[in-house]
Order: sequence, then structure tokens, then C-alpha cells
Amino acid sequence: MQKFTTFTGIVVPLDMAHVDTDQIVPKQFLKRVQREGFGQVLFHHHRFDQAGQVVDTFVLNHPRYAKASILLARENFGSGSSREHAPWALMDYGFKVLIAPSFADIFKNNCFQIGLLSIELAGELVDEWFKRVASQSGYRITVDLAGQTLTGSDGFACFFAVDPHRKHCLLNGLDDIGLTLEHEDRIAAYERAHAAPWQAGAPEARS
Amino acid sequence: MPTLLDKIWKSHLVRPGDGRPDLLYVDRHLVHEVTTPQAFAALAREGRKVRRPDLTFAVCDHVLSTENRDRPLADPVAEEQLKALEANTAAHRITYFGQDDPRQGVIHVTMPELGLILPGQVVIAGDSHTATHGALGALAFGVGTSEVEHVLATQTLPQDRPRSLGLSVEGELPAGCGAKDLILYVIGRLGTAGGTGCAIEYLGPAVRGLSLEGRLSVCNMSIECGAKAGLIAPDEVTYAWLRGRPYAPSGADWRQALEFWKSLPSDPGARYDRQESVDISGLEPQVTWGTNPGQVAPVSASAPDPAALSDPAQAKEAAQALEFMDLKPGQALSQAPIDYVFIGSCTNGRLEDLAAAAAVLRGRRVAPGVTALVVPGSMQVKAQAEAAGLDRVFIEAGCQWRLPGCSMCLAMNPDVLPAGARCASTSNRNFKHRQGQGGRTHLCSPATAAASAIKGRLSDPREYL
Ligand code: SF4
Repeated sequence: MQKFTTFTGIVVPLDMAHVDTDQIVPKQFLKRVQREGFGQVLFHHHRFDQAGQVVDTFVLNHPRYAKASILLARENFGSGSSREHAPWALMDYGFKVLIAPSFADIFKNNCFQIGLLSIELAGELVDEWFKRVASQSGYRITVDLAGQTLTGSDGFACFFAVDPHRKHCLLNGLDDIGLTLEHEDRIAAYERAHAAPWQAGAPEARS
Repeated sequence: MPTLLDKIWKSHLVRPGDGRPDLLYVDRHLVHEVTTPQAFAALAREGRKVRRPDLTFAVCDHVLSTENRDRPLADPVAEEQLKALEANTAAHRITYFGQDDPRQGVIHVTMPELGLILPGQVVIAGDSHTATHGALGALAFGVGTSEVEHVLATQTLPQDRPRSLGLSVEGELPAGCGAKDLILYVIGRLGTAGGTGCAIEYLGPAVRGLSLEGRLSVCNMSIECGAKAGLIAPDEVTYAWLRGRPYAPSGADWRQALEFWKSLPSDPGARYDRQESVDISGLEPQVTWGTNPGQVAPVSASAPDPAALSDPAQAKEAAQALEFMDLKPGQALSQAPIDYVFIGSCTNGRLEDLAAAAAVLRGRRVAPGVTALVVPGSMQVKAQAEAAGLDRVFIEAGCQWRLPGCSMCLAMNPDVLPAGARCASTSNRNFKHRQGQGGRTHLCSPATAAASAIKGRLSDPREYL
């Protein structure tokens, strides 16, 4: 995972609640076996019409937000399918930070796994950011993970909460699997203590 | 006074968190073609092995055609994905139920059917409907591809314990209603984010009264109210269903297992982090009218009028949903003419579901202009349905009888709902474009889907029973 410390970027407001992962990356694009390149199909059905023409009215297509790297969204963002392709696509498109009143559980985990910072704020604060972003073209937010603050380009600022372990991993770019493998002995001990034959699965597949 | 969730959690702790997420042991890791190629690639890049191929089971379901098993697949990108799964499972000695295997099927249909999922286990898959397996009294939840990689490499997963939500379903399920109506109603009541952060334990006599297959349908849609997992404590129904299945224990092992399973149900007076109840007396067959599974109503009802909703955000969502669905505010749902019927998926592709649809369709005809697909959830379901003559009932009624796969549940394969078409579907998601770009989905039970096929519009199945 890449380290995340501070970041400043243009904010795009996506004023839609319950954005599910089918909208973020439609299923017809899930057949690829690579991780890269999903940015092209991010919000495909919103960005393009059925003839493949760009939909000017969709906020991501607005020139004002062309270089956005922080996504401001509404409640229950990332619901539905567990596809990690959704955070891959957001990241590949250029997003580094997501801000919303709430995220779906699996989606939030998936973002963390790839170092995409998802920040949950109270609904009123999110409303306030929506207003500020609308008030000024090129509105930016600076995210300071260590200090847990968001600061807008007009000086408006707030704190955000973050799970201490996740914060530590993101700040240091720690690899989750590497961390777990430090406990190899505990895993092996667990396996020895829980080897009930009726749980065996397919013993012939053991090497 | 521990709950079922507490007991499973505690018995799977490899390492308690201490400021980090707990490290949880995984008993069964289920794998399909869509969410795993990148995980295997990352594993190879890091020079890591699959720790427990004997606890890992793979199947292909999403990209297969349900008309034939020809290879290469018509879509070269899908073919590459299927080949990747075949190569990865072979390279890591993972048991794989391939396209021609009699054990092939939709992942959440075939794995329990084989007796692979047992009460008290922790079950993981890179698929949000993994919650299905909670019907057996297992803690089962979906993860993303990075976490799939984590489980492949370590057979464990760092995880924060979800909150427990004890949901009692009061009342008795009325005739003509099934497990699908029950869970659609629950989702409508809780809302699509109502279970966020929770594992739902379904309680109450109506849940106890469900068959194991019905319980699988209920737990399957836990994610549709935002819950990561849904569980039902094991009981005699569970044990009877498991007994004799290929991977289920037998002989002395069975007796040992049974003794352990009987210790799993939540203790009397167990405390849940949250408690809710819904009453299903007087329930009618349910159908969704909108573009998320919480936008649901009795089939006899009318589409809502957004102007009458007090919450402006909800009103806006409802208006957008109705526009996409081509329904007018206040229009009777039973007036909506349908073009397609899809009976299948991991929600309703089991024998009992097909039998419920066949009971309605027997001796009747699908309305002219309606395309009806019946897709068994697994090769075993297909064989059993054919042995019972259900395939004849469907074919004589004018339905297409297909091969097992995810089919029109998500249109990653040739079964695609055309733009503008309206479908009565027994699947689990009515998101925009889910079944095909521009397609309109009404979620409902197999019986309601069958009745709708006959009438050519959304219909109450009770008049055929
Ligand atoms: S049937 Fe549908 S929901 Fe179930 S696993 Fe397949 S695509 Fe997913």
C-alpha cells in the first residue's frame, strides 16, 4: 500500500445517495483480469449515454471538475456488490479521498485495502462542504491524515474521525498481509488446535 | 449470555485485536472467476502460496452461457477470465467445480448443497451474497479482492467484529407468500442501509418455520439491507438437510459435529447490540417498484407518489426511480406489462423455488410476447428438477429451460435484458442497468414471477394456487 500523509485536491460534489457499486463500475466491465484501467469505465452509465456520447450534465464531465481528486458524496456510498473494481476505478480515475456521511461496509474495507482514504462526516458537515464546493470554482480541500483535519481553500476546516489502526497503516503504507504473516506461529497453533476431522474440507488437496 | 455471532467469533480468534482488528480464522474460502484473478496475480507477484487449498473451493458461474457449454466463450474477455480461474485452481491444487462438473452451479447454491458449509464455520468469498451461507448457522460474509488475496495467503482475515442485530420476525407467513416475500418486506422496513455495520440474526417462529432452502433465500439478501452477514441458528431442520451430503461429516464424525452444533444457538436471554422486530401477519406477495431493493410494495399496491413523501431526499429518489422504471406515480403495479421473466439466481434458483414456480405454471401458458427464462441454480438442482418432471412443466408452459449459471441476474454473460424491457425477476438486485443496460427489474418471488409470466403483467400468484 502507498503511504498517505497529506493531500490537497479539487473536490467534485456527487449529490446522489445510495450510489451502489453497479453504478461505479457496471458489471459488463468486470471480466478483465487486470487491476488497472478501470478509470475509463468509472460511472460509465452516468458519464456516457447509450450511444457512447459524453453526458455533459453529469458532474464528473463538467470542465470545472475535470481535475478533481476528492469525491464528495452522500450517504451509503458504495452499497451493493462487493466488487473491489469500484475502488480500483475511483483510484485509477484519479481519486485519492472520498468524503460522505456513510459508506457501505465492504466498500469501506476495500478502499482501505488499496489506500483510498474514505472519510465519514456528520450529515450537516457534508452539507456544509457541498455548499462551499458549489460556491467557488476550483474549490480544494487539504486532507491531513496525521492531524485528522480537512481544510477548504476558503479556510473552512473540520476534524474527522479515523480508526487508529487504519490510520497507522495508511500513514506508514503497511501491507496488511505482511502484518498478518508476522503471526504465522499463531495461525499454525490455531490450526493444530482446531483440526476436527469433520471440518477437513478436501484433505487430498493438501500438499 | 453469548449470541451465535459471539460464539463463532470467539472460536475463530487467532489473535485478539489489541487496538487492531481481530485476526479471524477462515474455515471455507469460496472462489469464483470474477473477483479472484487479480488476487492470484498479486499472490504470484509476491511469491506467496495458497496456505490451505484444502479449505478453498472454486466454481465458475458468472460468465458462463446458460445455453451451451461451448468453448471458447463468445466473449474473449470472459474466456480469458474463465481460463485464469482454471489455471489458478490447477496451479494451487484448489478443488474446482468446472463448467462440465456435475457439482457446478451458482456459488451460493452449489457450495451448501454439497455439504461444504457447516454450522459454526467462518465462510468467506469475494462476493457480497456470501451472507447466504448464514442460513446454516455459519458466519459468512463477502469481501473484496485484496481480502481474497489475504485469505488465500494466510487463511485468516483481520476484521472488526460486526454489531449483532437480533431481528425477530413475528407472525405467520400467509399462504401464497414465501421466504422471498418475507425478506423483501424486511428490506423495505429496514431500508437499504438499515443493517450497515451489523450481522443480522433472524429470529422468531416464522424463520424457524422456513425450510433450509427458504432460509438460504432470506440470508442471501441480508446485504440488501446493508448488513454484511445474516445468520439463522442451526436446528433440526439444518441437521436433517445436511445429513448425507457429499462433504458433510458422517458416522462418528457426524455425532461429534452434531454435539458441537447444538451448542451454537444464542443463549436464552442473549444480548444483541441492537434489536428490531417486524410483523409479517397479513403479508402479501411483494414486488419492487423502484431501483433499489428497499423500494418495495405488495403486488396489489400502486407505485408511490413522490409528491406525497415528506422526506425531500426520498421523494427525489422515488421520482428518479419511477422515471427509470417508466411507472407513473400512483399507477397500479399490476398494470405494468412485462416482457421478461427470470426465475433463478442464488436467491431463488433452488429446487423448492422451481417447484413453487412450476406449481403456478403447470397446465398454463406464458403470455404471448413474454420471454421466460428458468435457470436452475446448479447441476444438481437441474437433475432433481428434471427427475421431478419440472422441466416439462416449464417447457410446456413456454419457458426456456437453461443450464446453471448466474444468467440474467447480472448480465455478465449472454443473458441480457434488452434496453427498455421490463422483467419480473427472482434475483436480488434491481439496480439500474443490473440485468442489462436500460433494463427494468421488478424483484419478486418465484411464484409471483410465474404468475406474472402467465398474465404478462405483474401479478398476484395466489389466484393460481
Ligand atoms: S446469481 Fe447473481 S447475486 Fe448470485 S452470485 Fe450470481 S451474480 Fe451474484
